[in-house]
Amino acid sequence: MHGATWVEQIFNLACGLLLLTAVGALWRRETSALIPILAVQGGALTVIAVLLASGHPDATEAMVVAAVVGLLKVVVIPLLLRRVRRLVRNARETRPLVNVATSLLAAAGLCLLAYAAARPLVAVAETPTARATPVGLSLVLIGFFLAATRHRAISQIVGLLLIDNGIAATAFLATDGVPLIVELGVCADLVLAVLVLQVLTARMVHTFGDGDLDDLRELHD
Amino acid sequence: MNLTLLGPVAAPVAGALLAAVLPRRVAAWTSLLAAVGVLTTGIALAARTGHGATLADGLLRADALTAWLVVAVGAVATVACWAGVHHLADLAHRGALTPGAARRYLVLVQAFLACMTFAVMAANAGLFWVAVEATTIVTAFLVGHQRTRASVEAAWKYVVLCSIGVGIALLGTICVYAAATAAGPTPAGGLEALNWSYLNQHAAQLDPGLMRLAAGLVLLGFGAKAGLVPMHAWLPDAHSQAPAPVSALMSGVLLSVAFYGILRYKSIIDAALGPTYVRTLLVVAGLGSLALAALLLIGQRDYKRLLAYSSIEHMGLIALGTAIGGRLALAAVLLHILGHGLAKAVAFCGAGHLLHQVGSPLITAVRGALTRAPVTAGLFGLAVVALLGLPPFALFASEITLARAGFAAGLGAVVATAFLLVLVAFAAIARHAAGMLLGLSSVSPTSPSSAAEHPDTAPAPRRGLRWLPLALGLLAAAGLGVWLGPVQPLLDSAALVAAEGIR
Repeated sequence: MHGATWVEQIFNLACGLLLLTAVGALWRRETSALIPILAVQGGALTVIAVLLASGHPDATEAMVVAAVVGLLKVVVIPLLLRRVRRLVRNARETRPLVNVATSLLAAAGLCLLAYAAARPLVAVAETPTARATPVGLSLVLIGFFLAATRHRAISQIVGLLLIDNGIAATAFLATDGVPLIVELGVCADLVLAVLVLQVLTARMVHTFGDGDLDDLRELHD
Repeated sequence: MNLTLLGPVAAPVAGALLAAVLPRRVAAWTSLLAAVGVLTTGIALAARTGHGATLADGLLRADALTAWLVVAVGAVATVACWAGVHHLADLAHRGALTPGAARRYLVLVQAFLACMTFAVMAANAGLFWVAVEATTIVTAFLVGHQRTRASVEAAWKYVVLCSIGVGIALLGTICVYAAATAAGPTPAGGLEALNWSYLNQHAAQLDPGLMRLAAGLVLLGFGAKAGLVPMHAWLPDAHSQAPAPVSALMSGVLLSVAFYGILRYKSIIDAALGPTYVRTLLVVAGLGSLALAALLLIGQRDYKRLLAYSSIEHMGLIALGTAIGGRLALAAVLLHILGHGLAKAVAFCGAGHLLHQVGSPLITAVRGALTRAPVTAGLFGLAVVALLGLPPFALFASEITLARAGFAAGLGAVVATAFLLVLVAFAAIARHAAGMLLGLSSVSPTSPSSAAEHPDTAPAPRRGLRWLPLALGLLAAAGLGVWLGPVQPLLDSAALVAAEGIR
């Protein structure tokens, strides 16, 4: 069983990397650092998808899903984010709503919450990989936290992408991945949503002169 | 491929392709043709499924509930696309329309229609999710088309909040998928495990613990897109900033299309968990939406935001009706969906004409509209009367039925609270609308925008026809309130599917 443990070790490493990169996104205030962090996270997600695909009953379909996810999260999304960043120079989270130290504490709390929330998912799925499902939910919760507490447009997009990575990870870990056609649809929606947000960031910079979401104060009751 | 099934999706797709190549004026009328196409194919679907039959082919599937929603989309789209022809003509007349912008508008509206019809016709919960998220993406640029600060802000909030909300629903969908694959031998490919019919048939075997988690996520997620509290914050901004015909589509049917997901999931979750869980969640969301809408309607200053909050109010009622459950309440809910869609589409398109004439979105800027533009203002006023739930319009019939069903189901206190809140909203809307329509006309030196706008719009081409789509919409809403006639069997079968799921 030497081979099996080797696969397991890579799998555990990838799951750890998912969580580490999510916390890293909270930790770094330079928005430029967020893009490589997301790319690494996408890579870890792809590794998980490939490992699961090798044991999947329909291996070719699962491999196609893994390839699409890898292409999207490691290549396409970071490329789009780099274009967003080029719009807003020297974008730095100068004064996040919650400071970094508190954010990290909150992340720890959110992970605990994710473990509690994921219990029914872990209980139902019989596979050993399902035990790592809380990692996916942690990513979702940390993504919410990031999107809610940051001021920069690009940070909010990154929060959205963290949520999506978390959902994808949950899908892989709990169910070996959703059906191919659904996965393709989800990926297409994601790329288009990021494209739309890129164009909107450009318009925001054009009309407000900045990518600071604090300027969004025209509409209220 | 079954042509009846393909029609509602194919018509707007063809419309989008034609809009991309045809000249502006022809393309605008073609978009109306495509909307009528959705309506007629919807009626054809209704004729095939109205007595309980089901059509299924590949990824598409239709029963009476589907047909009801397709008819609603088609009816509202006909009003909105017809009004859109005049909206574009008005913009062009003012010189505020580039050919590129007109083309983008027409293509995106058709793509929006195609996403909505695909959403309700998808055989599969996963593909339903994909289509709902796609509606957010195609409408983002329609919301932000003006490129002012306000509309960019509205578009940003819309995309971020709705994507996050619908993301929660995806997590819920994945939980349902996990429950379905764990419940028994999964059919090959796994896709079938997310089919609405498969989920309905195997609902009793789904793990209750997991379904509890899934139900919360699905309701919160699709509730966000349906404009229900607590994730409603994007709605007033997006619906007030979008061009009037797009607001008509978003308020009139997009909210209901998102809610259709909740209707489908409810029968599945009820079979797995019993009826009280979803009922409690929907009562909280429904009463919360009603309370918020009533509160914010009182001090409202912008008449498109007024209509947007009225949509939150009506979605609250729809959620409440779904919470009551049973065939009677769900028939009321479905009638409410169609009646609200038509009335709200007319109200938004009328508000668009008022905005064009007055040049200001403020309620106080519109005074005595009935004396200045009797036809437009009269239609707007009648649409507001319909939205207030007065006879002879469909919302009167549906609200009465809803109250009756609520008391019969032992939810008297909830229904009484709800209608108290509806009364507050009624008073608020009636007061604002009366101020806009009655009183002395405000064409005076104190409002330079209206004075400047007025001579400019008077000789606009083909003025005589622009009231026609609005009048037709109102006529349909009134007709449904008075006499259901041939629609009755379809409504009954659709309510049966909504109440008891797919047999």
